[in-house]
Amino acid sequence: MTALAQVAVVAAEAGSPEAALLFIELGAIVVGLAVLARIALSVGFSPIPLYLIAGLAFGEGGLLPLDLSEDFVAVGSELGVILLLFLLGLEYTADELSNGLRRNLPAGVLDAATSFTPGLATGLLLGWEPVAAIVLGGVTYISSSGVIAKVLADLNRLGNRETPTVLSILVIEDLVMAVYLPLVAVLLTGAGLAAGLGSLAVAVGAVAVVLVAALRWGEPISRAIASRSDEVLLLTVLGLVLLVAGVAQQLQVSSAIGAFLVGIAVSGPVAERTHQLVVPLRDLFAAVFFVFFGLQLDPATIPAVAGLAIALGLVTAGTKIATGWWAARRAGIGIRGRARAGAALVARGEFSIVIAGLAVNAGLEPQLGPLAAAYVLFLAILGPIAARTADPLTARWQARRSAASAALR
Amino acid sequence: MMVGRDRRRSVLAEIEETQLPGVGVRHDFVTRHGVRIGVIAHRSGHRELLVYDQQDPDACRDVVRLEEDDTRALAELLGGSHVTETLAQVQSVEGLTIDWLPVEPGAACAGSQIGHSDLRERTGVSIVAVVRDGETIASPAPDFRLQPGDTAVAIGTPEGIREAFKLLRGT
Repeated sequence: MTALAQVAVVAAEAGSPEAALLFIELGAIVVGLAVLARIALSVGFSPIPLYLIAGLAFGEGGLLPLDLSEDFVAVGSELGVILLLFLLGLEYTADELSNGLRRNLPAGVLDAATSFTPGLATGLLLGWEPVAAIVLGGVTYISSSGVIAKVLADLNRLGNRETPTVLSILVIEDLVMAVYLPLVAVLLTGAGLAAGLGSLAVAVGAVAVVLVAALRWGEPISRAIASRSDEVLLLTVLGLVLLVAGVAQQLQVSSAIGAFLVGIAVSGPVAERTHQLVVPLRDLFAAVFFVFFGLQLDPATIPAVAGLAIALGLVTAGTKIATGWWAARRAGIGIRGRARAGAALVARGEFSIVIAGLAVNAGLEPQLGPLAAAYVLFLAILGPIAARTADPLTARWQARRSAASAALR
Repeated sequence: MMVGRDRRRSVLAEIEETQLPGVGVRHDFVTRHGVRIGVIAHRSGHRELLVYDQQDPDACRDVVRLEEDDTRALAELLGGSHVTETLAQVQSVEGLTIDWLPVEPGAACAGSQIGHSDLRERTGVSIVAVVRDGETIASPAPDFRLQPGDTAVAIGTPEGIREAFKLLRGT
């Protein structure tokens, strides 16, 4: 937290030449991100890959090294992770989480088995430490609920009959994160088995307690937080998120999980308003987080892993398509709907970077960061393309097949 | 309870409810002429009107986004405004249930005015509509008399609804 102290010092000396330079540098970064987001949205892509590229361009070995604002960016990126996880928890109510777990467990298990394994196996084959391989498994496993929700809404697919299947797979991934993140956090500290299991038990216990509490006392909790004033609500929620995240970090459970739990505990109409208030903050700091992730990487290391990232991307795009296809068929959906469900799940994004970020911060396996970045760059772009083209392609394939069988007759 | 279920089916087309985690709730049904239509009530308040594709029954041919005032205008045009409004509110209030309760011949409340029957005092449920001979009477006045054979559309807590079901069943 020395970075925070430095920021405080700079802030105290506002008006000094250093502060002026800091503002100019930060302003330039944020304006740059705005331009990138504008470009991404105009072509209908997620801006995440562009933010990563921007980070790569500025960082060590990049075109323009930053000096003054790197500390500020570091703190901002931690805030970004916390807000990303808080909103992930807020996204689904405790009811939806427990229903999802009960009804769609088989699809969730298939998803985890087929998409986690390729990452894990690649890590082990490269001769990495087991922890690094587990992190890479997480990177390839977790779909980007942000990118997917946006693509489904943009393509007017929220009403489709395969969409509940897609969403329920995302819900289960969400729950898996609640166990996976503390597990990785513990493994990364390199604590002994006993200490590790202890922290893990604390984390899983906390998740269970919060889930049950939210199911049972969601209304009173939300009423206690609620306020008619947006200002009061924002300060209450943000304060709680930071407090709980900090306490969780102290207990060695990972601050991200603390924020996630606060998100689950807030429910009902308050959750909807909180969502609207916090999303702009999340967007700002998450963008900073992606840039910071890119900053820490040397662009020269990317080409060496690009081929591997693309191969891994193609394999795990295939496993997601298979998972979606299977789950949709189980729900009684037709061929075209199955293809749409599968292709929708391909996109990876923010949470893959969050997971990889944990390992990069811990200084684990130098190849992991570049590989994760290249992998997300590839799939954050391929995902929306797959979701768009899967449907027309299946329709054409079906038409050709029925024409062929008609000709045979 | 079976009587209630059957009654509901004959009065309203079979409406399927599907939860969309993180988005809201979808209701859909197949019209008499075989077109599936539905509505998504988004958590953020707006609705989407869905018309499903007949070639690909899993996909939507048309999706129309309706803001809150559009929804009211459309409901007004379709003439079911009161019930739909109430239904929409129930969706957003946790702990409330809506149910279709048959009024049976031996029921204590049959023949008495809604306002005077002890239905509301004893169970806390409100009757928001009554279905009689296939027609819906929206928001019946307090002096409306329930008759055997009616179906009361009631809103209340799950326990309240259970109590009301017993009261309307008689015995």
